[in-house]
Amino acid sequence: MAEVLIPIIKISVIVFGFVMAVASLMTLLGDRKQSAKIQNRIGPNQAKFFGFSLMGIPHFIADGIKMILKENITPAGSNKFLHTIAPGLVFMPALIGWAVVPFMDFYCTGTVQTLPDQNYTEICVGGEWKNYFSIMHMNSGLLFAFAIAAISVYGAAIAGWASNSKFSLLGGLRSSAQMISYEVSMALSLGGVLMIYGTLNLNEMVRMQGNMFGDWLPMWGIVVQPLAFFLFFLAGLAETKRAPFDLPEDEPVIVAGYITEYSSMKFAMMQLAEYAATVFIAALIAVIFLGGWQMPYVYADGIHFLGNHWTPFGEEAWYWISIFLRIGAMVFKILFLVWLQFMMRWTLPRFRYDQVMTLGWKILLPLSIANLFVTAFILMIL
Amino acid sequence: MANVNVKKVDRITQTLWEKSYIPEIVRGLSVTSRHFFRNLRPNKAKRTTFTREYPEVQTVYPERYRGLHRLMLRDDGQVRCVACMCCSTICPADCIHIEAGEHDDPTIEKYPSIFVIDELRCIVCGLCVEACPCDAIRMDSGKHIPPYGERDEAFFDRDLLMQLGGLSQAKQGGRR
Repeated sequence: MAEVLIPIIKISVIVFGFVMAVASLMTLLGDRKQSAKIQNRIGPNQAKFFGFSLMGIPHFIADGIKMILKENITPAGSNKFLHTIAPGLVFMPALIGWAVVPFMDFYCTGTVQTLPDQNYTEICVGGEWKNYFSIMHMNSGLLFAFAIAAISVYGAAIAGWASNSKFSLLGGLRSSAQMISYEVSMALSLGGVLMIYGTLNLNEMVRMQGNMFGDWLPMWGIVVQPLAFFLFFLAGLAETKRAPFDLPEDEPVIVAGYITEYSSMKFAMMQLAEYAATVFIAALIAVIFLGGWQMPYVYADGIHFLGNHWTPFGEEAWYWISIFLRIGAMVFKILFLVWLQFMMRWTLPRFRYDQVMTLGWKILLPLSIANLFVTAFILMIL
Repeated sequence: MANVNVKKVDRITQTLWEKSYIPEIVRGLSVTSRHFFRNLRPNKAKRTTFTREYPEVQTVYPERYRGLHRLMLRDDGQVRCVACMCCSTICPADCIHIEAGEHDDPTIEKYPSIFVIDELRCIVCGLCVEACPCDAIRMDSGKHIPPYGERDEAFFDRDLLMQLGGLSQAKQGGRR
């Protein structure tokens, strides 16, 4: 029974409690409130709960009700079946990818020991590791995440093609060209990281990032691969079609790209899928480059700093405190990266399409290959 | 095609620092995030939002703001207008309609028996106020022209305009 219940609880908490909540709040707080603050405006504050505007959060509920009540239009001449399933095809990959994202290390039924002489590796003594904090434990988690992220291009392309509109078709084409181009440099920029960590398992990767250089510098991905972090961040922005790379829905040129012909909740699904993809890329960056659930110097059996070790509140209590601290660190990192992506959106003007392709093929790709070679060379020497 | 003036403008050359793009992105991000955090301060007086919360907070109009017309009153509460037709003559939108009537008081020659301003036609230019020789019409009520349901409601007659009016500082009918 528990074998069935635990995954269901994990899925509902992670997907509905975290991803959907963050993604749908981002439509309001990220897009409208944050831009208002940056542009010295107030932003939406007129929808109210009992006279309280609550940072404008009721607007998102009001928007949802409005979206549900709107007429659902399928344009004449469109392929009705494909036009209907396309929002789902965009939406599902953004959620399925969360299966491999670890929010915390495995839970240890015994006691956890951290070994400072073995690079702060944590071992579970007198018990076994239980996977409570990520939906799925997969050895090829990173490949899975990339595969899922890549198939979301089908949704966009199908939506563009099935709408029977030239704007939609252009948007779909732009979206597929852009995603395929950036997929390459995105994956290649991770080559160096993979060589250093030597694993595709995301949780193992995060564990490796708990290691320390000389007892004080955590071996996070951004420390060992700073260039790859920037490349991956840029490629991730382009991959999720965030500004400044939001060419597929370039409103002055092609109306709204592949979502031009969508209305009602189908439109809302398309939009939410983009925000969910943003959160997913933020989670991937956090896991690979920013140490995932690791907090510097905080380990499951106490705080290790410069060779010193102390355990506040006793062993048992500290284990639970460390669990909450680590989940909080992971959530904080994801939210920070989402915030940063939205800041990028409101800071940078949109590229021209040829500039996007130039950046992808002529700058990011050679840089990521060079990064791969230099990393391989250094690893060979060491 | 002979004399087309062509001015050659040099392209702005970018330094290597600017071309590498990431430092400039960081500079732009610092500007936007400075604005972001400044406008998140709990003390609202220190924020730099320029939004006017109009329906909740009335906008402060300048002193010479031209609003709804009003007809000023004499000391005894009668209308100050002497139906000289200056305002309706100068009105570029032709929106003032006056019919003069004979006043009972022999010291007052005429008064407007009908004085109607069509506020839909009014272009709020203020020429009627400039033209008035006896400070009888003003536009300093500070009120917007209100929205109408019916077209008739936009015709503001004498009594309605007098309700907004008040006493004038200027002396009227005095000897020279």
